[in-house]
Amino acid sequence: MLQRTDAEDTAQQQPPLANVCQQNYGAPQDPVEPAGLRSASHVTGSSLGKAEVFCGSRRRWAELVPESSWSPAVGASKMKVKMLSRNPDNYVRETKLDLQRVPRNYDPTLHPFEVPREYVRALNATKLERVFAKPFLASLDGHRDGVNCLAKHPKNLATVLSGACDGEVRIWNLTQRNCIRTVQAHEGFVRGICTRFCGTSFFTVGDDKTVKQWKMDGPGYGEEEEPLHTILGKTVYTGIDHHWKEAVFATCGQQVDIWDEQRTNPICSMTWGFDSISSVKFNPVETFLLGSCASDRNIVLYDMRQATPLKKVILDMRTNTICWNPMEAFIFTAANEDYNLYTFDMRALDTPVMVHMDHVSAVLDVDYSPTGKEFVSASFDKSIRIFPVDKSRSREVYHTKRMQHVICVKWTSDSKYIMCGSDEMNIRLWKANASEKLGVLTSREKAAKDYNQKLKEKFQHYPHIKRIARHRHLPKSIYSQIQEQRIMKEARRRKEVNRIKHSKPGSVPIVSEKKKHIVAVVK
Amino acid sequence: METAPKPGRDVPPKKDKLQTKRKKPRRYWEEETVPTRDGASAGPPCNKKNRELRPQRRKNAHILKKSRISKKPQVPKKPREWKNPESQRSLSGAQDPFPGPAPVPVELPRSKARTRSRLEVAEAEEEETSIKAARSELLLAEEPGFLEGEDGEDTAKICQADIVEAVDIASAAKHFDLNLRQFGPYRLNYSRTGRHLAFGGRRGHVAALDWVTKKLMCEINVMEAVRDIRFLHSEALLAVAQNRWLHIYDNQGIELHCIRRCDRVTRLEFLPFHFLLATASETGFLTYLDVSVGKIVAALNARAGRLDVMSQNPYNAVIYLGHSNGTVSLWSPAMKEPLAKILCHRGGVRAVAVDSTGTYMATSGLDHQLKIFDLRGTYQPLSTRTLPHGAGHLAFSQRGLLVAGMGDIVNIWAGQDKASPPSLEQPYLTHRLSGPVHGLQFCPFEDVLGVGHSGGITSMLVPGAGEPNFDGLESNPYRSRKQRQEWEVKALLEKVPAELICLDPRALAKVDVISLEQGKKERRERLGYDPEAKAPFQPKPKQKGRSSTASLVKRKRKVMDEEHRDKVRQSLQQQQQQQRHKEVKAKSTLGPDICPWTDLCAEPDSRVAWEPSLPKITCREKSVPWNKEVGHCGPSPTGGGQLAPGV
Repeated sequence: MLQRTDAEDTAQQQPPLANVCQQNYGAPQDPVEPAGLRSASHVTGSSLGKAEVFCGSRRRWAELVPESSWSPAVGASKMKVKMLSRNPDNYVRETKLDLQRVPRNYDPTLHPFEVPREYVRALNATKLERVFAKPFLASLDGHRDGVNCLAKHPKNLATVLSGACDGEVRIWNLTQRNCIRTVQAHEGFVRGICTRFCGTSFFTVGDDKTVKQWKMDGPGYGEEEEPLHTILGKTVYTGIDHHWKEAVFATCGQQVDIWDEQRTNPICSMTWGFDSISSVKFNPVETFLLGSCASDRNIVLYDMRQATPLKKVILDMRTNTICWNPMEAFIFTAANEDYNLYTFDMRALDTPVMVHMDHVSAVLDVDYSPTGKEFVSASFDKSIRIFPVDKSRSREVYHTKRMQHVICVKWTSDSKYIMCGSDEMNIRLWKANASEKLGVLTSREKAAKDYNQKLKEKFQHYPHIKRIARHRHLPKSIYSQIQEQRIMKEARRRKEVNRIKHSKPGSVPIVSEKKKHIVAVVK
Repeated sequence: METAPKPGRDVPPKKDKLQTKRKKPRRYWEEETVPTRDGASAGPPCNKKNRELRPQRRKNAHILKKSRISKKPQVPKKPREWKNPESQRSLSGAQDPFPGPAPVPVELPRSKARTRSRLEVAEAEEEETSIKAARSELLLAEEPGFLEGEDGEDTAKICQADIVEAVDIASAAKHFDLNLRQFGPYRLNYSRTGRHLAFGGRRGHVAALDWVTKKLMCEINVMEAVRDIRFLHSEALLAVAQNRWLHIYDNQGIELHCIRRCDRVTRLEFLPFHFLLATASETGFLTYLDVSVGKIVAALNARAGRLDVMSQNPYNAVIYLGHSNGTVSLWSPAMKEPLAKILCHRGGVRAVAVDSTGTYMATSGLDHQLKIFDLRGTYQPLSTRTLPHGAGHLAFSQRGLLVAGMGDIVNIWAGQDKASPPSLEQPYLTHRLSGPVHGLQFCPFEDVLGVGHSGGITSMLVPGAGEPNFDGLESNPYRSRKQRQEWEVKALLEKVPAELICLDPRALAKVDVISLEQGKKERRERLGYDPEAKAPFQPKPKQKGRSSTASLVKRKRKVMDEEHRDKVRQSLQQQQQQQRHKEVKAKSTLGPDICPWTDLCAEPDSRVAWEPSLPKITCREKSVPWNKEVGHCGPSPTGGGQLAPGV
């Protein structure tokens, strides 16, 4: 049915002026044979398909063109014509082993619907992120009581130390996910644990009023497991932290003591008020600064070089721990009993930089990512949350059915993982970025990941995408508590608005959420 | 006290307690100042000297303060009073490696608001990428085709045979005729890559082939009238509008679906990014069928009788329907009503085509006119031409060439360049076929025009029609099977939802100001106060003794006045702008003679009723009162539009 009547049919009626053309080109040609003419035109036309020839044959268009627009052309004329003529060899691969050739043209008319398509891509990327969000990596079990404290090894990413409520300290290898050493360090709780900055030894404090220094490596064959040093104190120590550069450490209990490693008496001890101090932390940047928090609701800052504390801020409820930002020396975050975390600028303590709310029970521990952009918090509500430093809401919440009250949490030094120790004797290892693919990425994977990340960022505020990205499954207890607290908060707010509305303008001050929880700043 | 203090140490005079209290704490770097001062006069005149020094220092500090913005001095406050070379030497004998006052940058970088700085970074990045994208044009391998006559000679006089004999074999082989006289006028369609051609004859002949290699994929007779034929997203699927229902075949000619909800379909359009097959039917319905899931997305009643003129705008996927009352209506599946209606012709519309950038629309009507409209703003006709018989079929090429089929003649017009509309003065090429034209389409990425007519199919050579450089990830004529499969998966993954079809495809990226304002308002009501309100200025207490209540009030007043002045200034500017706007408007509404587009439009009787699309996808057609002087509305024209001279 399909008959191909090629162009040659028309070419059969050759222009009588073909020989003129050939003479002009000076090519000796048989004027009668049309095939010769065609080949000649190929020669002149080169591979690009460009040709200059004379042509005659003005028969066909004469009937078509309106009479006004044409003048009878007599004789030869010179025309230039170039047709698109691609060489397929430039566009297909030579052998099967080659990569496919993909020529690109970024002309926007060839890529219509740029915005809607990117939107759909962003939507898909967001959905896939939720599909691949499998943050739980491993559970390290072995402790025979609740895990009370965790410490990172400063030099070795794979090593983690943990102290339990029965006085046992374990050292773990994260890559093999097993315990490599067990030490019965104290009688009663291990209250605090910290490593020396060089990573050769670690310190523990316990309920038995002792501070002990241990070697990181286990005892040799036939040796007994014994601490390097033991300091007997008068009171119970509740926390310990080591200086980041010098052989100095600080303990807290009734007072904050600063110790030289070589001495059995503190270099100095500082108090402000009479209450038990729950945690003390050295500033990793300005290494002589310390912060502590006590059960009389205050956070006190110290300078190691001075004998007296610097200043303190009193909050509504007591703070459990603080953590300094490792990148910004003057920023620290406090984990508070009132379910919130407060990020302070130590230069202006009267207003926190940010109040982080999402937990539904007391926040017990907080630790910064080494990038200083995010921190993780552990809470009594059996969940851990990851907050960006500059956002008041968490970006992520981790929980499992079996995880009980989380007592301690640490962000690993490569900023990729999070460890948390909880009441039910397990240490859990999580990915810091829930949907991240572990292992080596190929360059294409990396490019796709970056592209998707950028898309998600670009369209993050679109309602549909935001809804998917924010959605998290929560245990029923947390979910219902959130609802309840939302109602309570709304009621409080409504009451406040009503009070403002019905009292003399200006008599009831509008206190921002940030300032509400600060009682006083004392210098 | 009278003894000269030892160099390098500054002992504050204990006697004068008040003075010491007020004095600033001395820093170690300020030690050098002591010997010079004491060298000049020792002892009690210290006090006097201090007084003498103070204004000097203040002056210095003043200069420093002026030149920088941040209040906290990063530069040590070094009062460099010494001028003589001896004093430049410090006590230890070492020389100051950086003599003279410390250089202060003229303006320290001010810390910006986080959002603003982020926006600025994003803008800079965008600029950079756009420059890079523009630069990547250097890498494009192919050049577009062209056809030039001998200096100023009319290219319309060049016939196909001339072109064929002038070009290389590969290109010459693209010109062919298929003589298929038996099965009546043909409709044809090229696949998106431009590699495959499908055609269907009125008397039921349906075939698909790889037209480059002339390899036949399938050939069947559906034993029913074929109204239109269209490839779906790839060359593997074919939609055929048959007499009764819409059928879908695969490339073997096997019938896959018979879609009975689309009956008596006259025209088909496929929206490749939305996977929508738009069908216009005799019953007056425009139906959108999602071919990826097989659901009918929308069935819109155009309320304009039989629909047989349809075209899509490839830029925004809006369907253009031509009606017998001379209007062209614009449709999206998200709206039950047309997005806009354009009155284009007196008498019915015979053909509509929109170019690939969505800038120009060509229409032809029963009044034998061919018009080109600008779709960007006001939908005004740019040029008009009366054709002897009127054009029954129109099509745009990728590079903006316009083809019109008039009886058995095909005329092609070209513009100055790619972005300009085709000028209707002179045809670029013309060709006569063996039968009346029934379907037209330019082949994508090739300089080829396919014409279906009653005598079969003709593939014409039109140099300069096709886009020379294709994008391998978008539509690749040379793709392998594997590549096609991969592309298909990707394309399906990023299928654009049908609801996003609107006049401005970039509307999704625009800020929804209205709902933003609404949200802010609601928040203000919910909280009982405005959380973003600027706090009233509270002057900070200055030095002791310098902030009396009066001066505080004065400073407060000053700031308030300044703010007030700003407000007044702004409102004045706004008023002026409004006035200017009004003046311009008054000028433009004076009459058609002064109307800025009269030089462009030959016949000012075409008007469009439309409204600029809102940020959300809810733009609605609204009837605008017609200006009786210049235009008219409806199928029965009352006012006569003036034909432009020369048409």
